[in-house]
Amino acid sequence: MNLVQLSIRKVVSLAGVMMLCTLPQLVSAQQRVVPAQSEIAFVSKQFGVPVGGKFKKFDAEVTFDPKKVEAAKVNFNVDLLSADIGNSETETELKKPGWFNSLKTPQANFTSTAVKAVGGGKFEFSGKLSIKGISQTVVVPMTLTQSAGVTRAVGSFTLKRLDFKIGDGEWNDVSLVANEVVVNIKLALTGIAPL
Amino acid sequence: MSPRYDRVAILFHWLMAVMITASFAVGLYMVSLTMSPTRIKLYNWHKWAGVTILTLAALRLLWRLRHAPPPLPPTMPQWQTSAANAAHLLLYMLFFAVPLTGWAYSSAAGFPIVWFGWIPLPDFVPKDRELAEFLKPFHWMAAYALASLVALHILAVIKHLVMEDDNLMSRMLPNMTGDGK
Repeated sequence: MNLVQLSIRKVVSLAGVMMLCTLPQLVSAQQRVVPAQSEIAFVSKQFGVPVGGKFKKFDAEVTFDPKKVEAAKVNFNVDLLSADIGNSETETELKKPGWFNSLKTPQANFTSTAVKAVGGGKFEFSGKLSIKGISQTVVVPMTLTQSAGVTRAVGSFTLKRLDFKIGDGEWNDVSLVANEVVVNIKLALTGIAPL
Repeated sequence: MSPRYDRVAILFHWLMAVMITASFAVGLYMVSLTMSPTRIKLYNWHKWAGVTILTLAALRLLWRLRHAPPPLPPTMPQWQTSAANAAHLLLYMLFFAVPLTGWAYSSAAGFPIVWFGWIPLPDFVPKDRELAEFLKPFHWMAAYALASLVALHILAVIKHLVMEDDNLMSRMLPNMTGDGK
């Protein structure tokens, strides 16, 4: 009897420990980005030539319920050192202080401040985009579709590189490298409630 | 005086002579530069010139197929005629090979060509880092081959000017006397 009581106690306490372990995750972010099916790409014009690439490393904390957008929170980090342009010369250049300065400030961050549902699976994520220690307010429109438990979010926004001192100094001539940089986002997320 | 090339052929020749020389010189210079706005400008000008040369080469080839060049002097030994024809054939092949390998390399490296910053050209190879590294030597090998043939061409001109005195070069010079073709 003692033995049985003891083992029940063990089981209960073990379950408690397990719950404690999983609890913080449940609270902070119930939704997850699937990196292998997601993409953060960017394109700008160089002398009229579209030149772009993608970031290979990024992660996000997402708390998002399509029916309760006022409680939504997105904290997105992009590793600027992981920029893949398809050309090592340009990638080396991008790491320099005049561009991303990514050896010193390797992270770009987007933190949402407000999310608005505009209908038809469309949402507007307003927030602070920080690159090279400079923050700017941006609005990122995203369109969500769902199938087989996976939510796909697609959207794009345009930033002005000089607002973040990207391509400072000798590169600030926007007739050579356009000021506008289009950021294309494709995310696959799991754990999002039905639209 | 030996028969002359027609005026269109002469125009093509000298236009391409100037453009190829300039592109080769710019190409040699630009690759020696470290990344800078000037370098990007030179690369783009080089590409625009390359596509222009490719276009001129196509038009020139079409023209030549319909307008036979004047025959070489009958006094010329057979081996020289053959050598001249082979050199001209190779020149024409390289007029295409040099710009096409450059275009392919540019596309593979992720820089599609926008001719004069105005007409976007299609990529006939995908953007691929390894393909770009593979294609790069073909462009410069073709360019050096073309430069070598141009040098040979000029040496042959000098030989005919100095050693043969057959006035062969006047066939390709603009007619200053104004008596037409």
